[in-house]
Amino acid sequence: MDKWKKFKESYFLYSFLRDPVAIVSFVVFVFLVLASFTAPFTAPYDPYDTTTISIMDSEIPPVWLEGGEKNFVLGTDSQGRDMLSTMMYGMRVSIIIGIGAVLLQAFLGVVIGLLSGYIGGRVDAFFMRLADIQLSFSTLMVAIFISAIFQTAFGVGKYSEYAVPILVLIIGLAEWPQYARTVRASVLGEKEKEYVEAAKVIGFGSRWIMFRHILPNTLSPVFVISTIQVANAVMSEAALSFLGLGMPVTKPSLGSLINLGFEYIFSGSWWITIFPGILLIVLVLVVNLLGDWLRDVLNPKLYKG
Amino acid sequence: MMEHLLEVNNLEVKFKLRTGGLTAIDKVGFTLDKGERLGIVGESGAGKSVTGFSIINLISKPGYISDGEIIFEGKDLTRVSEDVLRHIRGNRISMIFQDPMMTLNPVFTIGEQMAETILAHKNISRKDALEISVEKLRQVHIPSPETRLNQYPHEFSGGMRQRIVIAIALLLDPAIIIADEPTTALDVTIQAEIMELLLELCEKNETGLILITHDLGVVSQVTEKIAVMYAGRIVEIGSTENIVANPLHPYTRGLIKALPGSRGTGEKLYQIPGSMPNLTEMPKGCAFHPRCELAEGECFTTVPELMQRGNFRRLAACHKV
Repeated sequence: MDKWKKFKESYFLYSFLRDPVAIVSFVVFVFLVLASFTAPFTAPYDPYDTTTISIMDSEIPPVWLEGGEKNFVLGTDSQGRDMLSTMMYGMRVSIIIGIGAVLLQAFLGVVIGLLSGYIGGRVDAFFMRLADIQLSFSTLMVAIFISAIFQTAFGVGKYSEYAVPILVLIIGLAEWPQYARTVRASVLGEKEKEYVEAAKVIGFGSRWIMFRHILPNTLSPVFVISTIQVANAVMSEAALSFLGLGMPVTKPSLGSLINLGFEYIFSGSWWITIFPGILLIVLVLVVNLLGDWLRDVLNPKLYKG
Repeated sequence: MMEHLLEVNNLEVKFKLRTGGLTAIDKVGFTLDKGERLGIVGESGAGKSVTGFSIINLISKPGYISDGEIIFEGKDLTRVSEDVLRHIRGNRISMIFQDPMMTLNPVFTIGEQMAETILAHKNISRKDALEISVEKLRQVHIPSPETRLNQYPHEFSGGMRQRIVIAIALLLDPAIIIADEPTTALDVTIQAEIMELLLELCEKNETGLILITHDLGVVSQVTEKIAVMYAGRIVEIGSTENIVANPLHPYTRGLIKALPGSRGTGEKLYQIPGSMPNLTEMPKGCAFHPRCELAEGECFTTVPELMQRGNFRRLAACHKV
């Protein structure tokens, strides 16, 4: 209760309630997350259950167009799956991969950044050059490269079975340098501060000083990049899926749905591509807007408390 | 002979530079007994802080102790393992820094920081640790310490923060507190308060104090012994009374003459001419000779030893005494 009271009086909540963009973004984001994670109960159909799908229902347009059916509000895709249900399930896959990948990136990046910044010297040189090398390729290229290795190593069948964890791993490995660099930069600034010296004088060991004293002081930029990185990871996953390297068609994410529909766009079935596309844009946009707001709140230069 | 609590002999600290070694501290030696208060005085760059840090063997790179010994409670701190040192730091010897704005971690409440410090050295429950913290906060005259424990450093004023830093230094009842310019960053009015508090606590707990400062006025009120440092060496060491009343070394004399109030009102303050030599280009002979009015003959050629001169009951490093 005490925590709740503190939260109610905080600058965090105060600034949130005075920023209409943040409120709208947050509401939309929560709605999308709820819609996708309650999909097994709320979606009208189960797109993973092949027995309920009939190929006869394929490419039915949305309900307000000629030929639309009441059963399929947003129409059906080329295999006769209900678009609305498939998108809800697909968004769930996209969000899980996005957040999972960011957690992995953040973990790798924070640990490496902290070690590089605090220990310095050779450790720093090694990890930062590694980051430089990786950043000199586009992330997508690195991701394609890693996923190609996985696909040949596991075989396509196995790959599609474990597609979600593998994609998390791919995108996580492809983008850790962002975190590592940010954390390292803050650590370099923080470790010169006297509280670190004071902690040494008190007799704490370096591991304790790193993780317990310096890390919390470097977290605000980490939170900010995390939101933006979630959006980026969702985009990367969509891009990989669009290129056919991501989620298989049987368990589509938003990206693979867009890819799937793309083949039919010139035959008139535009809805298979456009609806997941709009949903992807909205999802990425609200996450980015929330990230912008968070950056403003956590930036001490803008903080006027 | 009585054993001293802390004995520093022939301490030499070097800094490894690209251009070769640089001696920041040269043949520094002093002793400290239980409950004794020693002031280390000198201008910026004289090696006061490096001396302070070297006692707990925490000189930042590229510095290192190249010679000498630091004997504390029977152990030579220059030779013991890192584990033993960690046990001594904060526990038996604690340190207070210049700027209380910086020495407290901004993301933790002071209660957390205090409890953490105790738990790092003692195997007691968190609740007991917090109780000790409250007790110590009361000793440094922080009003309503129980509620203050849950506040963050930014909710305190500068003077309060320095009190908290002192309370943290006292948490484990150390034998020695090293205070590195503890009042420099504070208002003049608060400076006196903090010094008084420090003096009171050291007397009450019989804690040894090494006060590092450039302010001879502060030192003379608080300490029993003074070591005057110049360019990495001690140039004069002895009891506070003697040194203030009758300084031997021309540098000490200059420092005392430069104090406001040593001349009549309206007159310009005295200034020692010139500035301290850069450690990379030390003058030959006595390091002070370029600024010394008395310099002649051997001052230009040989470094004076720190030893008893004449029948004064203290040590000085000057040929002209």
